[in-house]
Amino acid sequence: MTNTTSPHHGKALSLLREMLYIRLVEETMATRYAAQEMRCPVHLSIGQEAIAVGVCQALRQSDRVFSTHRCHAHYLAKGGNLNSMLAEIYGKDAGCIGGRGGSMHLTDPEKGMIVSVPIVSSSIPLAVGSALADKIDQVDRVSVTFFGDASVEEGVFHESANFASLNKLPVLFVCENNLYSVYTPLRERQPARPLTDLAKAHGMKGIAADGNDVDAVLAVTQEAAEHARSGKGPVFLVFDTYRWREHCGPNFDNDIGYRTEAEYLDWKRRDPVEQQKTKLVTAGSLNSHDLESMKSHLQETINNAFEFAIAAPLPQPSQASQFVYA
Amino acid sequence: MANTRIISTGDAIRDGLTEIACKDPSVIFLAEGVADPSSVYGTIAGLRNHIAPERIIEMPVAENALTGVAIGAAMMGKRPVLSFHRVEFALLAMEQIVNNAAKTHYISRGRHRVPIVIRLVVGRGWGQGPEHSQSLESMFALIPGLKVLMPTYPKDAKGMIISAVEDDNPVIVIEHRWCHYAQGVVPDGYFTEPLDGPRAIREGKDLTIVSSSYMTLEAMRAAEQLEKLGVSTTVFDLRVARPLILDRVFASVMQTGRLMTVDTGFRKFGLGAEIVSEVTANCFDKLKAAPVRIGMPDHPTPSSRGLVPGIYPDAIRIVREASAGLGIAQNKIEYAVAELIAQRKGLPIDVPDPFFKGPF
Repeated sequence: MTNTTSPHHGKALSLLREMLYIRLVEETMATRYAAQEMRCPVHLSIGQEAIAVGVCQALRQSDRVFSTHRCHAHYLAKGGNLNSMLAEIYGKDAGCIGGRGGSMHLTDPEKGMIVSVPIVSSSIPLAVGSALADKIDQVDRVSVTFFGDASVEEGVFHESANFASLNKLPVLFVCENNLYSVYTPLRERQPARPLTDLAKAHGMKGIAADGNDVDAVLAVTQEAAEHARSGKGPVFLVFDTYRWREHCGPNFDNDIGYRTEAEYLDWKRRDPVEQQKTKLVTAGSLNSHDLESMKSHLQETINNAFEFAIAAPLPQPSQASQFVYA
Repeated sequence: MANTRIISTGDAIRDGLTEIACKDPSVIFLAEGVADPSSVYGTIAGLRNHIAPERIIEMPVAENALTGVAIGAAMMGKRPVLSFHRVEFALLAMEQIVNNAAKTHYISRGRHRVPIVIRLVVGRGWGQGPEHSQSLESMFALIPGLKVLMPTYPKDAKGMIISAVEDDNPVIVIEHRWCHYAQGVVPDGYFTEPLDGPRAIREGKDLTIVSSSYMTLEAMRAAEQLEKLGVSTTVFDLRVARPLILDRVFASVMQTGRLMTVDTGFRKFGLGAEIVSEVTANCFDKLKAAPVRIGMPDHPTPSSRGLVPGIYPDAIRIVREASAGLGIAQNKIEYAVAELIAQRKGLPIDVPDPFFKGPF
């Protein structure tokens, strides 16, 4: 690795490493998906890594994250265990919840990755409830709810935003606007207006930033977390980004007619991982050798995790009826 | 021995909630009008005299989110008590109840718990109509992970509501508005009643009735008349619709050979359907007659008192259907029915009957 002691450089490098790590995990999943051993739906975050990483790097381990069906990046960015994640997706007993949920239910409570819920907007009020508990107990903590652009079409988002704002709860509402709900573009689902106007409607602070620029995501999330921690209430963060691959599954789908190859390529030029690399290289704090070394280290870790998951035993059918009641 | 008082089921629930709120600081309350002059029919009135105001949370008119908020707080160690003025408002919150409340423990492999109580009130009579009178317990009882309670009597209601709050699972408590008026002897102070299923509140050898909530009050009145007709009846107050534990009912039907179920909700797909099915499967060779199910008819419930005769089940229907199956002479049945009508002292059918005075 490049020899430097600058804390900013260290942070910039770790942001890159985190994003690259998530990218490589999901690309490896995509490559191996055809083997049909990951027998559950997978919703990849490739292209959207800067949001998960920028937000989570602005948080403390004790802060709590609530996610959705597209939860891999959030889980990994919050420090979730990779072996447990892959074992879960492979349906193994060693999975984070023993194969009960698969890819859409990743959780690692010790790391503050509380829960992932695949019904649109369903986990938003849970984050607000977590913040309510903290406010009652006067605990210094932020609860973060990640969701997509379609989530703001759900009533429960507005109900949750209203209650959080009314009670000045320490919640970050993080909207990852990837422009599509499955195949339907935002413009066919919502009127043309800045998404941050939704924050105004609920009397809360709203900030928009480039969701493919991890530094920008980190900076506004730090500002938002400070705001929430200081008792000033929740913040609505809007990050524009783009999902490179299909809504659900490992493939590219620019050929099926709902969006264009040109649009994809335009967003690909703004690849969050490449942009961060370029910044570091331009600043002279990263060279190609270091980058390759970083990449190969990460890939080795990832390959080992896949081998672990593949070799791990399946759960027993008798376990299916456990944990219905506490 | 604790001192006792004669109070209503509604007041008993309030007392139970107040007891557990004072005992356990993690208990919080959410409702629309949580501390308004009505305070959910008085059932959560006066909490501010006992606990800190931050534990009494006004709920904007947002049932789904606030149920989710309560679930999120429960996952983090609170014991929220959420109150809805009618069952129907909880329909707005079914996503949170069915997905997050019922499954978070399972999906987290036991790491998260959701100790939440959701109180739902059922209306009857006084023109409640199609969307203020539904008793939808079977919708909730369908879902693994939920517990579903239907308290009837004051003492039981107080002990059950405390047990519900102390339970580490999501508990749906379905309270019939007309049970709120039932009077009975209730011990002061803290006590619990086990959430262990049906309780025989009358023992007999000819017929087993399993009824829930308000219909237990009607079933008990019917059983008195049946006794005069020579029919000795066991009446079970179901109390807990999920988990449905029917061992005591099986044992009773093994003796009586006859089963009747009486629901506050719809007859079709109602609790009675499940109970009859289980009893038939377990006691088939002991049954002397086909089980009988009584419940609401297969259409929405209208408002007008001109339309409701015959819709809400009552003691008269129970007596008629039970007697018919036992070959009782028609004139005797009419005499028993006349007595039941006389007991109402001319009250219209759409108001609660003052007959449910304890002690029970």
